[in-house]
Amino acid sequence: MPGIDCGVERRMGARAGLGDAADFSPLACGEGSGVGFERRDTRVPLSTRPRPDPPPPGGRESVGRDLASTRTRLDAGRTSPDRDPAFGVYVHWPFCRSKCPYCDFNSHVRHGLVDEQRLVRAFAAEIAATAARTPGRTVSTIFFGGGTPSLMEPATVAAILDAIAKNWRVSDDVEVTLEANPTSVEARRFKGYRTAGVNRVSLGVQALDDAALSALGRTHTAREALDAVAIARRIFERYSFDLIYARPGQTVPAWRAELTGAISQAAEHLSLYQLTIEPGTPFAALHASGRLATPDADHARNLYDITQEVCAAAGLPAYEVSNHARPGAECRHNLVYWRCREYAGIGPGAHGRLDIGGVRRATATERQPEAWLALVEGQGSGLVTDEPLSRTEAADEYLLMGLRLAEGIDLNRFERLAGHPLSAERIAHLTQHGLVETLAAGRLRVTATGFPVLNAVVADLAA
Amino acid sequence: MATAPIENIRNFAIIAHIDHGKSTLADRLIQITGGLTEREMSGREQVLDSMDIERERGITIKAQTVRLNYRARDGKEYVLNLIDTPGHVDFAYEVNRSLAACEGSLLVVDASQGVEAQTLANVYQAIDNNHEIVPVLNKVDLPAAEPGKVKQQIEDVIGLDASDAILISAKTGLNIDAVLEAIVARLPPPRGDRDAPLKALLVDSWYDLYLGVVVLLRIVDGALKRGQRIRLMGTNASYEVDRVGVFTPKLVDAAELGPGEIGFLTASIKEVADTRVGDTITDDRRPAAAALPGFRPAIPVVFCGLFPVDAAQFEDLRAAMGKLRLNDASFSYEMETSAALGFGFRCGFLGLLHLEIIQERLEREFNLDLIATAPSVIYRMTLTDGKEIEIHNPVDMPDVVKIKEICEPWIGATILTPDEYLGSVLKLCQDRRGSQVELTYVGSRAMVKYDLPLNEVVFDFYDRLKSVSKGYASFDYHLTDYKPADLVKMQILVNGEPVDALAMLVHRTRAESRGRAMVEKLKELIPPHMFQIPIQAAIGGKIIARETVRAFRKDVTAKCYGGDVTRKRKLLEKQKEGKKRMRQFGKVDIPQEAFIAALKVDV
Repeated sequence: MPGIDCGVERRMGARAGLGDAADFSPLACGEGSGVGFERRDTRVPLSTRPRPDPPPPGGRESVGRDLASTRTRLDAGRTSPDRDPAFGVYVHWPFCRSKCPYCDFNSHVRHGLVDEQRLVRAFAAEIAATAARTPGRTVSTIFFGGGTPSLMEPATVAAILDAIAKNWRVSDDVEVTLEANPTSVEARRFKGYRTAGVNRVSLGVQALDDAALSALGRTHTAREALDAVAIARRIFERYSFDLIYARPGQTVPAWRAELTGAISQAAEHLSLYQLTIEPGTPFAALHASGRLATPDADHARNLYDITQEVCAAAGLPAYEVSNHARPGAECRHNLVYWRCREYAGIGPGAHGRLDIGGVRRATATERQPEAWLALVEGQGSGLVTDEPLSRTEAADEYLLMGLRLAEGIDLNRFERLAGHPLSAERIAHLTQHGLVETLAAGRLRVTATGFPVLNAVVADLAA
Repeated sequence: MATAPIENIRNFAIIAHIDHGKSTLADRLIQITGGLTEREMSGREQVLDSMDIERERGITIKAQTVRLNYRARDGKEYVLNLIDTPGHVDFAYEVNRSLAACEGSLLVVDASQGVEAQTLANVYQAIDNNHEIVPVLNKVDLPAAEPGKVKQQIEDVIGLDASDAILISAKTGLNIDAVLEAIVARLPPPRGDRDAPLKALLVDSWYDLYLGVVVLLRIVDGALKRGQRIRLMGTNASYEVDRVGVFTPKLVDAAELGPGEIGFLTASIKEVADTRVGDTITDDRRPAAAALPGFRPAIPVVFCGLFPVDAAQFEDLRAAMGKLRLNDASFSYEMETSAALGFGFRCGFLGLLHLEIIQERLEREFNLDLIATAPSVIYRMTLTDGKEIEIHNPVDMPDVVKIKEICEPWIGATILTPDEYLGSVLKLCQDRRGSQVELTYVGSRAMVKYDLPLNEVVFDFYDRLKSVSKGYASFDYHLTDYKPADLVKMQILVNGEPVDALAMLVHRTRAESRGRAMVEKLKELIPPHMFQIPIQAAIGGKIIARETVRAFRKDVTAKCYGGDVTRKRKLLEKQKEGKKRMRQFGKVDIPQEAFIAALKVDV
C-alpha cells in the first residue's frame, strides 16, 4: 500500500484498455514527421494561452461554472466511462524539503540548490521521447506529483507544460493539477502556477490539528494550511485537499468533528486516506517497536464508516475508495489510472502505461534523481522498465484499479482484456454476500459493504 | 580380499541412544584400523550415516557395515565386522535382524546422560540374541560425566555387570584401543560349518543406481562365491550371484565369503521388495534343510494420506513413491482420492518416524510439496453380518449400524524420565487412555511401563512427551494385541461442508475434547474471509463443538494510483499463488498449514 503522501491524490499515468485501441481518439494526424512538425507549429504553448480571470474570493458558484464543460464530459462518460478518450501525463518532481515519517514515495531531500533549468531540459527530453512513441494522442490531463511539486519555480512548471504542448496535442479542457504543501511560502507561488497553466491544486493538509500535524512530521500548522486553502480557492478554478485519518489515538467523535470542519473549507473534492504503515519508513520502525499504535481493523472500519456517512451527507460521496467529490468534480487525471487508460510517466521514478501496437506496456523510470538525470542526458530517456503486460496482467490491473471506483468495471472490457469472462460463479457468490452488484449496462461494481474489504473481493475475482 | 579364519572374526553391533556417540565411535574405530584415510574421514560428518536425513537427525535408517582389519596386542590379525544398526523403534525388526548377524555388542552410554528407553529395548534384543555385551561409557571427558552413577544404573536397570565397563571419549579418541582389545578378547568368534549347505542371513538391502539391489548378509554356514546360483527361501526366487565382497566401508570384491563373515552380494535383483530383511539365502542346487528362525515380513502399522500441494505434481509424486519403494520395501502405498486434497496416496509405514522420514525424503529428494493427513492405525471391525474387515482410513468406515465390534491395536510402552517430569508423563499416559503396568525408580530416573492404544500414540504423543519432559524422557514401544474399543467417526465441517481429510476415528470419551481442540485450532488457522465461517465437529448428525471465524472488517488499500499499480498487481499475483496452495471448502480457503497443524492439535 502506498504511503500517505504529503502530496495529494497523486501518481502517474493513464491508459486506454488493451484491445481498446479504438477507445482513444483516432486523431486525424498520422505519424509522419511532417504532421508532427505541423502540429507543433499550430499549437499554442499552454502558459501563453489566455486564461479566464480568477474567480472571486469564496466564489464557489463561479468555480462550478468554470467546470461546466468538464462536468458535461464526465456526465456524458457516465453511461460508458471506460470509453471516454483520455491520455494523462504524470510529471514527478522528486524533491522535498523534509521527509515525512509515513511516506514511502520517491522523494529526496537536497540541501544544495536544485538546478531547475537543467531539470527542465531533461523533462522536455523525456517528454519528447515519450511523445515519439505515442503519436496522435490528445493530452486530457496533466498531474504534477512528488515529492513536493510546489517547491518548483512557476517558470519551471510553465516550461514543462510548454514541452508537453509542443509534443502532443492538448485538449482544450485539459485538467492540470499540481500537488502543493499548504505553507505560506508555497502559497505565494500559487498565482505563478496559475499563470503557468495549472488549473487545479491538491493540497497536503493531512490534519486540522497541530499536534497531529507535528506527529505526522508536517512543517505547517492547521491555521497555515487553512490560509493556503483560502488562497487556493481564490486563485484556482478547482482545488482539493488531503486528510489522513485513523491516526494513533484518534477517536470516532474527534474524526467526525475534524472531517466536518474540513468539509466546510472544501469545495468539490477531498481525499481521505487511512494512515497506512509502509515498510521501510520511520513509522514502520516505530510501529514495529510498539511505539506507534494504529487502530485495529474494527476501529479502522468504524472510522471508515463515519467518513462515508459524513461525506455523503455533505454531498461529497466517494467516487473512489479514498476520494470524495461532488458529482462531476472528480479528479480526471486519477480517473485515467482507475479506468486503466493511457498515461505517460515523466521524471524520476515515474510509472506509465502505454498502449503501443495493440499491446499495453508498463513503463518506469530511474528513481534516483541524479541517476535519472544522467540517463536522460545520455540517452534521452530515463526509462528503466518498459515491459509488455500479458492479458492476465492487464486484466488484473483492470480489476485492481477499476473496482476502486463507484462506477465499477465494464464486464465486456474485462473479457476483451483477459480473453475470458469474469467467473459467473464468483460474481454470484460475492453478490450473495452483498459485496458486489451487477448493473444493467454490463457493469460490475463493489457495494458499500464490499468496499471496506475490497482487496479480498479483488483477490477472489482475480483468482 | 582373502577369507579370514573363523576364529579371527568378531561381529559386533553398537547399541546407543541418539546422540550418545555411536557414530563418532564408529568413525574412530574405522580411523584407527585404517579403513578410511584422514581425508576421506574429514570430507563427511559421519562415515556411516550416508543419507542427509540420517546425518541431520543423528539416526541410522539403513543398516550398514564396515570390515575393520585389526592387529591385536596378541599379535594376530583380526577381522572386525561392525554392523551399524537402525537406531529407532520403528525399525525394531531391522535392528533385531542386524543383531542376529552378530555375536556381541558394545553398549554405548553417555556418561552424563545415562541409560535411555530405546537403549534398553535394543539391549534386551541383544540379550535375546545371546550377545556378549561390553558396556562402554562415552563422553567421560565432559565435566558432567558421572561414570560411577551410570555404571550403577546399567547394573540396576539392565542387570549387566558394568564393573569392567570401558571409559572412553570417542570425540578425543581416549581409550579407543581398549575398545578394540575388548572386542577381540571378550566377544566370541562366530561358529559355522564351511562344509554345510549355504545358509546366510539377509540383514538388509538397498538399491544402488549402478549395481541394482545390494544385499547385506551374514554367512552362517557354507560359503558364497561369484557365479553361484542362490535361492531366497522366503520368496523362493533364485538368482545368479554377480559379485560378492565386503565393506571397508567401500564395496570391495572378494573371491568368496565363508562362515561367520559379513559382506554383500549383487545378483541382478531389480527391487528391494524381492529381498526381505530376515530372509535366508541358500544354495539353489544344495539348499539348507531349514531357514533361519525369526523371519517375518515387514508390516505397516501407521497409515496416512500423502497429497501433493500442487495437484499438477501428482504424477511426480507417483514416480517418487515408486523410486523410494525400490529402496524401502517396508513402505506401502495405494492411490487415494480426497474431496479436500485431490489425488494422492494412502501410505503405510513402520511407525511415525518412518512416516516422517518418507515424507521428508519425498519433499527433499524429489522436490515435492506434500500435505499429510492424520496418521491412522489399522482397526479390525466385525460387521453385523459376521464379516471381518480392516480399516486404516476413516473415510472407509462402514455405517455404524453395520458394525458389531471395533478393535484397535495396543502397544506396550516403556518410558524413562527424570523424576521431576514423572507427574506430567503419567498424566499424559492417563489422558491417552493408558493403563499403568509398572513404575520403578533407577536413581533419580523413573521407568514407567504403560499399555496404550496405538491410535493415541500416533496422534501427537512423541511431541507431547518431549514437551512435558523438556526433551528428557525417552520412549520405546512394541505392538501387543488388539482390544475392543468404543470408537466413533468424528467429522469436521467448515462452512457446513465436511472436510474428508480431517475426519478421524476417535474414542468416544475423547471425541468432545479432540473435537473442541480441532475446531479451536482451525479457528486460529483459517484466515478471516469476507463472511463469517462456522467450524463444527460432529459425530453423525450431532454437533459436539463449534467455533466461528469472524469476517474481517477492513482490508482495503488506502492509496492506489498510477505508480502503485505494478506493485499492487504483483501483490495480487502472490495472493493468487497463495490461494492456489489453499483448498477450497464451501467457498472457504483453507491454508495447507491448517491441515498440517490441525492434525497436530494438543489435546
